[in-house]
Amino acid sequence: MAEKVLMKGNEAIAYAAINCGADGYFGYPITPQSEVMETLMKEKPWESTGMVVLQAESETASINMVYGGAACGKKVMTSSSSPGISLMCEGLTYLAGAELPCLVVNVMRGGPGLGTIQPSQGDYFQATKGGGHGDYRLIVLAPASVQDMYDFVDEAFELAFKYRNPALILADGVIGQMMEKVEFRPKKARRTDEEVRQQCDSWATLGKPKTRERNVITSLALDPVVMENFNIKLQKKYADIEANEVRYSTYKTEDAEHLIVAFGCMSRICENVVDMARENGIKLGLLRPITLFPFPKKQIDALVPQLKSIMSVELNAGQMVEDVQLVAAGRVPVGFYGRQGGVVPNPDEIYEAFLKFIK
Amino acid sequence: MDINDIIKPENKVYGKSSVLTDNIMHYCPGCSHGVVHKLVAQVIEEMDIQDKTIGVSPVGCSVFAYNYLDIDWQEAAHGRAPALATAIKRLNPDKYVFTYQGDGDLASIGTAETMHACNRGENIVIIFINNAIYGMTGGQMAPTTLLGQVTATTPYGRKAELNGYPLKITELLAQLEGTCYVTRQSVQNPAAVRKTKAAIRKAFENSMMKKGTSFVEVVSTCNSGWKIPPVEANKWMEENMFPFYPLGDMKDR
Repeated sequence: MAEKVLMKGNEAIAYAAINCGADGYFGYPITPQSEVMETLMKEKPWESTGMVVLQAESETASINMVYGGAACGKKVMTSSSSPGISLMCEGLTYLAGAELPCLVVNVMRGGPGLGTIQPSQGDYFQATKGGGHGDYRLIVLAPASVQDMYDFVDEAFELAFKYRNPALILADGVIGQMMEKVEFRPKKARRTDEEVRQQCDSWATLGKPKTRERNVITSLALDPVVMENFNIKLQKKYADIEANEVRYSTYKTEDAEHLIVAFGCMSRICENVVDMARENGIKLGLLRPITLFPFPKKQIDALVPQLKSIMSVELNAGQMVEDVQLVAAGRVPVGFYGRQGGVVPNPDEIYEAFLKFIK
Repeated sequence: MDINDIIKPENKVYGKSSVLTDNIMHYCPGCSHGVVHKLVAQVIEEMDIQDKTIGVSPVGCSVFAYNYLDIDWQEAAHGRAPALATAIKRLNPDKYVFTYQGDGDLASIGTAETMHACNRGENIVIIFINNAIYGMTGGQMAPTTLLGQVTATTPYGRKAELNGYPLKITELLAQLEGTCYVTRQSVQNPAAVRKTKAAIRKAFENSMMKKGTSFVEVVSTCNSGWKIPPVEANKWMEENMFPFYPLGDMKDR
């Protein structure tokens, strides 16, 4: 029987990082995710696995430390919350432009600006549409439980290295702060220097041996034709990710006539809404995108013919709903219910909004 | 006796460093970058650490440093090189890690990264080219631009009340516990070139001794940005830059 431990989502991120063989964590304190670095500092993984943990002078420095480490083929990560992620967006576009694998965790809080420390999903656009400049994408995983927080660390690293692209765990203050049972997965050892060289020597800055050309990590190309070709290559990669890496789950969608789409903590709450509707004879189902990029377009599209309505439920003013509308393409009414600024709705008010919408 | 009688190994007194590539440098004639690149290459070659060295290039004229030194390189976002170098060195303590940065990159947009990497005592080398102007973007005011100096954004000369004062960041860094070697050099004549090379060598050697950060400023010319010919630029540097940015070691422990 695997070990099960009661812990916060933020703590699960830290333990998962150590246990999956991460090489480095660079961070800056910000509520509601400071427990990630606090847990790492308490556990001192530099004494056990050799993992480097460093408190940086800013989120800007953190993400650039991640760039430096990732460019050496190391499994490196950072975590922050919304205002800090805004600062990191410069680094994220450079990481994407230099095709570097890394993990960034955003435990979202309400904004805009300094906002609040209470939970939010207001960074959906930032996470899935850019945030930084230029045409780039992050692989975005949205956890709905503390177990997800643990499991997605390793999964995000795997995806990041598979595609040489930054991966983002887009959590929210609820998932970061709540405590649940977590099952620890079998530990992975950190890769040896030799293993890193085997995996990454074709591109990473490991020190140039006589036997190969120098490796240069850059996102710069002044020649517009070269830059366009690079952009086309990036877009091809993103298309591959969309074709192969969609993750989602459904709840009672087989016979559903109405669908709620919700991610993260809202998908947990909306399961209750589905049950309430079913008790009242309304065939409601739930689709939870687990990857926000790639978005489960085909999976929602396949459900549209059987549906009379779709409602997107989010902790924001309506962001993912735009992606749902694009899939629905006017074939079925698409509604939205959300709370903002750190307020988390209860199932009753969502159900009430749903009834009003389908009336 | 013809030229082939002269070209013999025993007659060779100088050669291009094997760490320099054959790429033609994009730097303007008279620019100090070419000389400093050469010195870094020579130090890497003489220490036999080409396969153990990772460079971080900045944003600015030397963004393309990676085209000229045949080592593994990372190109950083503007000002962030010391953050990259921090992680590279901590994750690869057996490697020699250096940043190569201009004054805008290091002393303006990257001041925080510079100060904190030095204050943590990262075992890295920072090479700082101070030519008191933004070269690549066309000669705008830098944090190190002298009072009265004319630039594209101080067309009537830098005025303290409008633009603040030139930043002596090297003096600031010398105050930090984390730095072990802080020096200011130049490359306008052979004697200065030799001193700068010795400084770069010492800085690289320090980075394996866990003594802290080594910081080598090179007061440099930018004749294109200053809009004066190379020889005059050297003279202008000696007469105007050196009094405000005096050469020599500020710290060596």
